[in-house]
Amino acid sequence: MTTIERSTWATKVGLARMLAGGVIMDVVTADQAKIAEEAGAVAVMALERVPSDIRKYGGVARMSDPRLITEIMEATSIPVMAKCRIGHFAEAQILELLGVDYIDESEVLTPADEEHHIDKHAFKVPFVCGCRDLGEALRRIGEGAAMIRTKGEAGTGDIVEAVRHMRAVQKGIRQLQNMRPDELFAAAKELRAPYDVVKQTAELGELPVPNFSAGGVATPADASLMRQLGAQAVFVGSGIFKSENPERYARAIVKATTQYDNPEILAEVSAGLGEPMRGTSLGEIPPEERLAARGW
Amino acid sequence: MTEQERRPRIGVLALQGAVRPHVEAIRAVGADPVEVRLPRDLVALDGLILPGGESTTMRKLIDIYGLREPIASLARGGTPLLGTCAGMILLAERIADGDEPVFPLLDIEVRRNGYGRQLDSFEADLDVPELGPEPLHGVFIRAPFVTDVGPAAEVLARDPDGTPVAIRQGRVLATAFHPELTDDRRLHGLLLQLVGRGAGNPA
Repeated sequence: MTTIERSTWATKVGLARMLAGGVIMDVVTADQAKIAEEAGAVAVMALERVPSDIRKYGGVARMSDPRLITEIMEATSIPVMAKCRIGHFAEAQILELLGVDYIDESEVLTPADEEHHIDKHAFKVPFVCGCRDLGEALRRIGEGAAMIRTKGEAGTGDIVEAVRHMRAVQKGIRQLQNMRPDELFAAAKELRAPYDVVKQTAELGELPVPNFSAGGVATPADASLMRQLGAQAVFVGSGIFKSENPERYARAIVKATTQYDNPEILAEVSAGLGEPMRGTSLGEIPPEERLAARGW
Repeated sequence: MTEQERRPRIGVLALQGAVRPHVEAIRAVGADPVEVRLPRDLVALDGLILPGGESTTMRKLIDIYGLREPIASLARGGTPLLGTCAGMILLAERIADGDEPVFPLLDIEVRRNGYGRQLDSFEADLDVPELGPEPLHGVFIRAPFVTDVGPAAEVLARDPDGTPVAIRQGRVLATAFHPELTDDRRLHGLLLQLVGRGAGNPA
């Protein structure tokens, strides 16, 4: 008799592969989740406040109210993700019990642990984590992240950090590819990442799990830029529901993510969209208030 | 090169989803992959794969880019199709929760995410007599559940609980699981056999 194995590594990474080429949208209500699904989102991130509001309100940002998450799960048929604080495995246990499809151990919330991330292998539900460079990505994968999102500066609408970090990851991978096998041991030490994950990345020429872009994406052209730089999909937070016309923005960013290498279609979907989110340029944010820097 | 020697060109609908694993599998069975995003990409295809991903997203993008009629017309002309997971939903004649069918080519009814949410995603070995005695390893991710199979459709495999998970009807194949996520290329080989040329791998 054949047996069934649930929540395996292949199913965790597999779901991330299914989201490729798509847009994952931040939503704060069940109604927004429906708008997102209707616009063609491949998944939604259920949260109480989008990052730009988290910035505005200040204070401690925590896991969202389970009731809100459940409402959003009931309102939509596409996968639902939710965020827990870095290192807060109790929040993650609650989210797993709710049955969310992915947990984002996220720097957008206030970190709960300044040294340890969650042991993600210990969970049945898959995790996505952020990174700024290759070492951070490989450390998270070593801890069990089945999807990586290269961090931009969330809630700003400024793409510069997303670009910087995506280029850093890609450059790091190219460097690994050029190394002799014995050099990979030293590279693992420098990257502070497990040797087997480093070796696997060198062999594959890419991260062993899908790499998406998250943070700072505000326009269809931003989505195209990040895909051309190597992101397999994009997360869009404040960019949609803080724009003048969320439905149109959502549809336009979905189209731009699919047809990212077709300037004709990008020009068409960018035309007459109305105001994007106003945004905050990175230079206006003091370094100690930058979210992307959280993660160890 | 003569027409006889030409490698088969297999399209993968590349609006969203697990496109790359299919592209790699197509290469592995000796065919040329073509990513399909617009109707013009459908020219001179010998077969087409509808990959896994979000069926609601793909359904919308299929209509936005005017792909519905040209793909339906390919199928009418006898071009073999393979749908995996979301692709199976796109090929089903009946969808349990009331969604309209997209390319009603398979005499089956499916329920989207019928096995449950991500926590219910699973792997299992499947007996597929058509592909030989070796079991085929199936990765099921928020998979569609086949609730009914009509007389026109043939069941090629069932999950350990007996639910149909691989279907063939004429030149159309569909699986609830993801053959593209494992290294076993026999199902892509079967598609190539339907194409009628090239290096299929009939176990």
